[in-house]
Amino acid sequence: MILDYLFRLRALIVLAVLVITFTALSPAFLTAGNLTILVKHVAINAILAVGMTFVILSGGIDLSVGSIAGLSGIIAGGLIHSGLVLHPLGVIVYFHTWLVVAIALAAGAAVGAANGLLISQLRVAPFIATLGSMYVARGAALLTSNGATFPNLSGSPELGNTGFLLLGSGTYLGIPLPIWLMLAIAAAGVFVAVRTPFGRRIYAVGGNEKAAELSGVRVARIKFWAYVISGACAALVGLVIAAQLGAAHPATGETFELNAIAAVVLGGTSLMGGRGSVGGTIIGAFVIGVLADGLILLGVSEFWQIVIKGLVIVLAVILDQMQQRYALRAAAALRR
Amino acid sequence: MKEPEFIIEARNVSRQYPGTLALDGVSFALRPGTVTALIGENGAGKSTLVRILAGIERPTSGSLVLDGETMTLNSVRDADVRGIGIIHQELNLCPNLSVAENIFLAREITVRGVVDKRRQLQQARELLARLEHPIDPSALAGDLPLGQQQIVEIAKALSRNVRVLMMDEPTSALSASEIAILFRIIGDLKSRGVAIVYISHRLEELLEIADSVSVLRDGRMVAEAAACEVDTNWIVEKMTGRPAGQAQAPEARDTGNQILRLDSLSLNAAGGRPLLRGVSFDVRAGEVVGIYGLMGAGRTELLECIMGLHPEAAGSVYLESRPLDGMDTPGRIAAGLAMVPEDRQASGIIQSMTVRANMTLSSLGRYVRTAWLSLAAEDRAASAMSTELRIKCPGLRYSIASLSGGNQQKVVMAKCLLTNPRVLLLDEPTRGVDVGAKREIHAIVRRLAASGMGVILASSELDEIRATAGRIVVMSRGAVTAILPAAEATAEALVVAASPSAGERRDAA
Repeated sequence: MILDYLFRLRALIVLAVLVITFTALSPAFLTAGNLTILVKHVAINAILAVGMTFVILSGGIDLSVGSIAGLSGIIAGGLIHSGLVLHPLGVIVYFHTWLVVAIALAAGAAVGAANGLLISQLRVAPFIATLGSMYVARGAALLTSNGATFPNLSGSPELGNTGFLLLGSGTYLGIPLPIWLMLAIAAAGVFVAVRTPFGRRIYAVGGNEKAAELSGVRVARIKFWAYVISGACAALVGLVIAAQLGAAHPATGETFELNAIAAVVLGGTSLMGGRGSVGGTIIGAFVIGVLADGLILLGVSEFWQIVIKGLVIVLAVILDQMQQRYALRAAAALRR
Repeated sequence: MKEPEFIIEARNVSRQYPGTLALDGVSFALRPGTVTALIGENGAGKSTLVRILAGIERPTSGSLVLDGETMTLNSVRDADVRGIGIIHQELNLCPNLSVAENIFLAREITVRGVVDKRRQLQQARELLARLEHPIDPSALAGDLPLGQQQIVEIAKALSRNVRVLMMDEPTSALSASEIAILFRIIGDLKSRGVAIVYISHRLEELLEIADSVSVLRDGRMVAEAAACEVDTNWIVEKMTGRPAGQAQAPEARDTGNQILRLDSLSLNAAGGRPLLRGVSFDVRAGEVVGIYGLMGAGRTELLECIMGLHPEAAGSVYLESRPLDGMDTPGRIAAGLAMVPEDRQASGIIQSMTVRANMTLSSLGRYVRTAWLSLAAEDRAASAMSTELRIKCPGLRYSIASLSGGNQQKVVMAKCLLTNPRVLLLDEPTRGVDVGAKREIHAIVRRLAASGMGVILASSELDEIRATAGRIVVMSRGAVTAILPAAEATAEALVVAASPSAGERRDAA
């Protein structure tokens, strides 16, 4: 029984060990300034990873999240910086900041919807479908800005589109907005996964698609919405990054999908689908963030950091396999 | 030194699976140059025995003796080296490889490490000619019709110069003329001293080809006799353990109005082969309709069609006079249908979820309060059902994997019942469950019917059908061959109506 709990809490234990180690080794680690930077970094990955958790729980994978983040940032940046040029009319339309945010989020959700349709209706393998949309979304971002960066996204009062930068630099009760966003997304994610029929059905689809279908679950619909959620989360990340930098760059978010998948896996969600939790994913994102931050503080070479991150991920999966075997044995013992 | 009398022997072999004892101290011996028919109902242990002899599985206890020497088979390769071959009921060809490549799979003819395609094609052609089937050896196996694929399987076994050949329902996909060729080949193999084990549900066919008959029931060898001394009645009797002709029907009940009507349901496989041919019957409230048929008769396909899993099927389903055409599975569940599928592991339970989550999956909408699931309401519904069906489990929050097969099956039934179905469909509801749970499940089925539900129970086990059904629909090759009230449904009548030849006769008519 104790072993079972240790296994279940393994991500949390790893996190605690990391925090204690880094606190002991570096006096700079456990300071308000460092922690704020750390959590702001974690927030980016954690928001992506929450969306990714739904996709992976449903038995899929989403490789397009990094590109969607790039695309949504570019769309927002373009709309604020140079507006929407309507050529035949010779007018340039500038949108209100809230509308810009809504459009960028909708664009991310639309890419997610395209993924969902490809996967659930045309039965393209999730890896391939989202690999394709990863390229398409990245290319669309590059085309939109012609490869350039949209600088100075502070907007202008006469166009009514100021305030975008607050998304990155604003604070509430002394805590930066991106961190609030992460908390809100995490809370909503946990709630949806645990306390709604949709969440339960995602687990069912990932656990056994055939059985879910025979139980009356509309499998295609569930998968579709998982990708839409992931796309919207990715778009939000793109907005936060653009707001933090005050500029939108079309290459934003490259390889972010890998960090998000790593957080999901470290958090104990099975890549086979059906098993895992949003809470675990948040812890996984913190493990990655704390590891990166601590190793920098200790002056470990950047190259070693990459090696260590890889080893931690593999270790996490080995532990996951051990836990599964343990759970199976425990279940078999109960049958007798 | 005297030649041993038997080529291969299984001595006192048992095989334990989680929850069931598939073989219980079975002894089975094969003489060279004889055909032994292995007979039994589904789940009697035939396939397990054959799989042990072919090295696919290892016995829990007991021993295998080859040419008088005790040996262990650790793999199919082991058996292959010793000249033991098997032709599976399900075809095991790689559809993406050519016929010749399939025949020589894992034993390719090579010249200096490179596959000699020409010689493989040549030898494959000769083998197929011997089988009187000039199939192009360079054709892709997946492009051949099923019957020809079966011939390729046989060629594959022949190419290995087997001394012992096991055939698990080799004729299920063959036409009458192909069967005649197969029988000639079997005769040829016999004369060359090959020992053959032949499993089939076609009783007449068995008696034609077999020299001796061995009958398994519930994992035990219950009878062995020379084929010339027995008839189909004897076989049915030994298979079911009850004199043929003695029906043990549940007491007759008053049944209510018609609640489900099937109107000429037809379904074709992807290749155009008919799976269901104009199936029509009705179900009344309070009635259990049994669907009896052998493997491949179309039982599962029929239930799947009723549930809307094959939108391409023709014909109509009416639930309480309301047509369900064009409705998907979730729609039909909402309308009042529910199904317990045949393969519990593959399509009944979700291994990664808890007992409770499995139970409530079909009826989640009932536990929503404002926008979220009320875990308390869910718990109440699940524990009430758990008590009603007497599910033994350590707790509703435990993984479903911690339950025995019988209790897992009850959870699947609970999931269906929580949707308050008007008609419950059960496909082989007691496959792989122990005897006690089997009896309980039968009692539950009778109780549900008594409460006014309509039940369709499909099974390949005579006992099960006769213990539950008030009326029995017999199917063969996708068609209904007989509809019998329980009182007239003797084991013999059912077996005769279910035989594939009954399906063929119906074709001719």
